[in-house]
Amino acid sequence: MTIQVVAFLLIMGGVVWLANNTIQNLSELGKDFDFGFLSQRAGYDINQRLIEYSNDSPHARAALVGILNTLLVALLGCITATIVGVIAGVLRLSKNWIVGRLMTVYVEGFRNIPLLLWIIAIFAVMTESTPQPRDFRGVDPEATMILGESVAITNRGIFIPAPVWGDGSMLLVLAFLASLVLIYIFRRIARKRQEATGEILPVFWGSLGLFFIPTLFVYLAFSATGARDQLPVLAVGAEQGMTLEGFADQNGNPAICALPRTAAVNLSTDLRAIGQRGSIIAVESPAELQSNLESGECVLAVVSPQAAETLIAGVDGVALAPLADTVDRGRPLQFERPQLAGFNFEGGVQLRNSLIALWVALSLYTGAFIAEIVRAGVLAVSHGQTEAASALGLRPRRTMNLVVLPQALRVIIPPLISQYLNLTKNSSLAIAVGYMDVRATLGGITINQTGRELEGMLLLGLFYLITSLAIAGVMNLYNASVKLQER
Amino acid sequence: MTQSHSQAFVRTEMLAEQAPPVSEMGAIRWMRENLFSSIPNALMTLVSLFVIYYVLAGLSPWALGGIWNADSLSECREVRDALYGEGREVACWAVIADRWHQLLFGFYPSELYWRPILTLVLFGVGVAPILFEHASRKLLLMTVAVPFIAYFLLWGGSIWGPVAVALGFILGWAILTYTQDFLGSLGATLAAIVLPILYWLYFSAPLGNAVQDIVPLGIEAIGSDQFGGFLLALVIGITGIILSLPLGVLLALGRQSDLFIINKCSVIFIEVIRGIPLIVWLFTASLLLNYFLPPGTSFDLMLRVIIMVTLFSSAYIAEVVRGGLAALPRGQYEGADSLGLNYWQSMQLIILPQALKISIPGIVSSFIGLFKDTTLVVFVGLSDPIGFSNLIRASSDWNGIYWELFIFIGLCFWIFCFSMSRYSQWLERKLNTGHR
Repeated sequence: MTIQVVAFLLIMGGVVWLANNTIQNLSELGKDFDFGFLSQRAGYDINQRLIEYSNDSPHARAALVGILNTLLVALLGCITATIVGVIAGVLRLSKNWIVGRLMTVYVEGFRNIPLLLWIIAIFAVMTESTPQPRDFRGVDPEATMILGESVAITNRGIFIPAPVWGDGSMLLVLAFLASLVLIYIFRRIARKRQEATGEILPVFWGSLGLFFIPTLFVYLAFSATGARDQLPVLAVGAEQGMTLEGFADQNGNPAICALPRTAAVNLSTDLRAIGQRGSIIAVESPAELQSNLESGECVLAVVSPQAAETLIAGVDGVALAPLADTVDRGRPLQFERPQLAGFNFEGGVQLRNSLIALWVALSLYTGAFIAEIVRAGVLAVSHGQTEAASALGLRPRRTMNLVVLPQALRVIIPPLISQYLNLTKNSSLAIAVGYMDVRATLGGITINQTGRELEGMLLLGLFYLITSLAIAGVMNLYNASVKLQER
Repeated sequence: MTQSHSQAFVRTEMLAEQAPPVSEMGAIRWMRENLFSSIPNALMTLVSLFVIYYVLAGLSPWALGGIWNADSLSECREVRDALYGEGREVACWAVIADRWHQLLFGFYPSELYWRPILTLVLFGVGVAPILFEHASRKLLLMTVAVPFIAYFLLWGGSIWGPVAVALGFILGWAILTYTQDFLGSLGATLAAIVLPILYWLYFSAPLGNAVQDIVPLGIEAIGSDQFGGFLLALVIGITGIILSLPLGVLLALGRQSDLFIINKCSVIFIEVIRGIPLIVWLFTASLLLNYFLPPGTSFDLMLRVIIMVTLFSSAYIAEVVRGGLAALPRGQYEGADSLGLNYWQSMQLIILPQALKISIPGIVSSFIGLFKDTTLVVFVGLSDPIGFSNLIRASSDWNGIYWELFIFIGLCFWIFCFSMSRYSQWLERKLNTGHR
């Protein structure tokens, strides 16, 4: 008891001493302790944002953008690190000598060299040895897009197609959710059936089929019925009976507004076929489309035939006329391909080099650690277990699923949790490649601009702490569900 | 007997021994079993061979044809054009030949390189009795002395400064040993903590200066800003791990303890430190540490970083040691209690020696982690190897050189960390005997 009191007094004394020093230092510098800066205008741009943000947004918004970027790279990293790690760990145990050695080289190479060096090296590969966007230009370009003209690897990042939702996408999502529910029900029925009669239903193939078939059916049905519907193309200042090609010759590279947006993607493909480029402007509602037309933000519009009539009658200030050409309405889900525009690619999704370098390096580095964990986990299941399973007449796959994996998972999961935590914390190395994570926004530019080191670092630390505790909590729940049930 | 009658023919002499089939011996058998045991396996082998060929074919002409003699990248290119003709890419290892000493020692004066090297050797001697059982126990004296000798050798200056600081530890030890009888164990412990701290704060520096005035003895002083490269990484890593060991053990004991307040404080400290990335802590050290200290105090960045790294790794060490403590059978604790030992005695004599022994592999791996993490100090403005690679690239001679520097730095780290991890695996195997 005395020790406790003494220790308590010492610790309290230390805390008071630190707090006292801080107050004194702050007052000497003429600063106060205030989080008001969070609502002030941030005034800086962030190149990768998952939510709407401009430099007029407050610092809190900038911090949120950073937090989302951190979480994005952490999530992507955890997923790929797990895949890489499991594959490498299993291959390292393979009876094939050369494959085992190769995986050993991978694991030892990544585990024993600092992550920072990997991040910088991969970033250097991405920026130094990839073509510039202008190399894609011309009749006989130095570089070409891969995978059917849909992915461009440039020194400004990788451009991939962006998903665009069209009419019927709602139904598609509903069908997918329904199939998930069906899978759950099917698995329960299968288990009950097995417990009652011993008959084993093909759970894996059944689930796989349920996962794809209903959604695919809805998609194909929609594609077959509605996708070929022709929608009129309205053009600003066009003459009656003008073709798309004629209009595009007069207005080079026209901007497109369309509802549904898939029609815009189709129109832009048509334009590409005649050597033009249509930049797509996202609109959510007919009203927004109309105001965009009025402000001249887009010169081509695609809407349903009924809406087209009201639009032609209703738009103020600009003359609208339908072109001779029409365009497909589009499937429920289509992909908008990136295309070269000026000095850079446009459309699609741009994965910046900073994101890719960080993502790849984190995945490979953590994957090496996970590979060791997986290997240890599989080795921890004693050989007798597999032999006993075979003696009971289980087939190799059932042995793996029912005997080895459940026991190996019990060993694998706790260290796996700490690897996920490490990955999340290591994502703060984003600073090496200029990825705008929370440390760069809240803990970097915001602190520099407002001079609020104490508050900024406190919030930053709090964010990481809460994230770590949350990940640990969730994974511990999962761990509790797979661990040995002791009675 | 009946057998021989029923058979028409019985062989009377042994057949000559025959060699096994070719497919069942030597290299062919090995390849059949290890590389081509099944069709998927054979496919994997072929794919792996292709990968290896592809990498080697791409890299080896570049690396082996590298140019070692040049003073700048442009000279390198001239030599390359003269040797191989234009357009072929080869490595320019000349940058390593030209700047290796900076990558290893930073701006440390080149005529004094013997000092860090001697320090490293002495350090090796000092840790030998901890890492290897066969080393002589007398070396433990060296272990105790090494930190002070190392400080003296690396930073230089008067010899009396480190001596005066060491006196503080002797003072603490003396108080702990000789005053137990009339102060009680708690009082002696408190006195052994408080008195040396007071001594260091108020007496050790004047004492060192005074003796230096009377008997001047010292070597050339080197400022912290001269440190760089792997020297810096090693100094921060090793100091961090050594200082964090005692702290980590205390925290682990605190976390295992039944005393509510001590337990909760340790848990909070450990979890907060572990929940936040090192880089945030380093920024805290460079931006905020001055807020928490009495107004007017300021000390150099390297020391601040070392403090932060120490606190950081102590939390990780604490978890490792806690694992060691938890791995000990309950009977060890009960046995110590039944002998009538008090808490500190039982910890010191029974529990910790065993628990620490179990934890050494974990401590080594957290040291590897810490050593790799020292690269992060580049972001607070210290010149570790990666910082120096940026500096070298910033000079006009070597502007635009990447891979040669990365490979050199990576290789140095790899050799160091790999040998450490092999050591820890060896130790694990050695400690594991008897369990399997």
